[in-house]
Amino acid sequence: MPGNGKLKLGLYWAASCGGCEIAVVELREKLLIVDQVADIVFWPCATDFKYKDVEAYPDGYMDVCLFNGAIRTSENEHLAHLLRKKSKVLVAFGSCAYEGCIPGLANLFDRESIFRRVYLESESADNPNKVVPQTAYHMPEGEIEIPKFYNTVKTLGQVTDVDYFLPGCPPQDPQIWAVIEAIVSGNLPPKGSVVGANEKTVCDECKHVREEKKIKKFYRYHEIIADSTRCLFDQGIICAGPATRGGCGALCTKVDIPCRGCYGPPPNVVDQGASLLAAVASVVDADTEEEARRIVSEIPDPIGTFYRFSLPASLLHRARR
Amino acid sequence: MSNNGKFEPRIVAFLCNWCTYTAADTAGVSRMKQPPNVDIIRVMCTGRIDPVFVLKAFAEGADGVIISGCHPPGDCHYTNGNYKTFRRMPLVEMLLQQYGIEPGRFHWGWISGAEAPKWAELTREFTEQVRKLGPLNWKKQFASKED
Repeated sequence: MPGNGKLKLGLYWAASCGGCEIAVVELREKLLIVDQVADIVFWPCATDFKYKDVEAYPDGYMDVCLFNGAIRTSENEHLAHLLRKKSKVLVAFGSCAYEGCIPGLANLFDRESIFRRVYLESESADNPNKVVPQTAYHMPEGEIEIPKFYNTVKTLGQVTDVDYFLPGCPPQDPQIWAVIEAIVSGNLPPKGSVVGANEKTVCDECKHVREEKKIKKFYRYHEIIADSTRCLFDQGIICAGPATRGGCGALCTKVDIPCRGCYGPPPNVVDQGASLLAAVASVVDADTEEEARRIVSEIPDPIGTFYRFSLPASLLHRARR
Repeated sequence: MSNNGKFEPRIVAFLCNWCTYTAADTAGVSRMKQPPNVDIIRVMCTGRIDPVFVLKAFAEGADGVIISGCHPPGDCHYTNGNYKTFRRMPLVEMLLQQYGIEPGRFHWGWISGAEAPKWAELTREFTEQVRKLGPLNWKKQFASKED
């Protein structure tokens, strides 16, 4: 630890929505305690440090860097490598950095199809010259560059070495606080651990009563008014609880919204989507192949349903190009 | 697998111990003609086949996957393991399709222990079908160096 006894703390956002930054701010008055024990040396969202400041730090200067966001562009990847070099402990903070999250669903497409949709075809696009982003542009004053937009979204752990993974979209503030306390006290688990979450599934924290599941028809959430005492899955609403790590306190199911899986797979599950798919298939009440096919064919967008937060981290990573 | 640069499909088959594995064994013992492209993994029951097995096979280089077990309703050694299979596999098909993997690369069905010729025929036909589709080469989809 440095001379003043304070931790040097960095925070960074790559391809993310900013919700993880809000989750940090949600610590509220505890932020003052963070300030007492840590010097923030990099936090683009809230402070005015520049990339060149970080580049000037000696290697391993930051004690801890909380990195949120997936790797979407060459800039994200550059910063991932840079912050790895400058940090003693690099934490993949939130679902995007941990497993790709919602930005990772873009792995159903590639750069060309995303650019076409966004810049040329979308209803609000006003682009008569059909301009799409280029990485370099020549001007009289010289060449300017912008980061390259990759074909595939990756997780932080897929481009660099990560010490800890803190799941959640966003991570819940009591869990963030528990992790900060662990860091401050030096009471850290083995490298590579998932921190700020439980070892059991969301179902373990959920208050809804479970019975035997026999589903003849699956409903999308807006198609049914859920009974707030019975298990949502028992009612035919696909709930990712059985395939999702607990730690959030089952916040969504508490208000009768099905779990969507943001805390990632539980321990020892390789592929969250396959695990949820198996759970969904096991409740289908069909005695013939045709009936099973009819019941499951009503599930729209299987990847978006089963891998909503984990496509880049899944076994297949992306749709075929 | 490749001889002289010619594409040879690599096919992984998960077969239940009691029905299709027995059929495959009989097909071999009876010297029925089968291509060497199918690698068999024996499981006790098709109901044990986690969707992860299929995804992992494709992710690690399989060009095609076969799942085969006991005929429903009554053939299953464990009463209803094949029910789990036919409830699960239509959803796996939907998933693979969304991943961009052609339906012709994934076959699931039933072959009893007494249907060895049917197994031999499936290996021949499925291998040719996958050969026509060409290499899948999933690892190439996710290069470590991004472009």
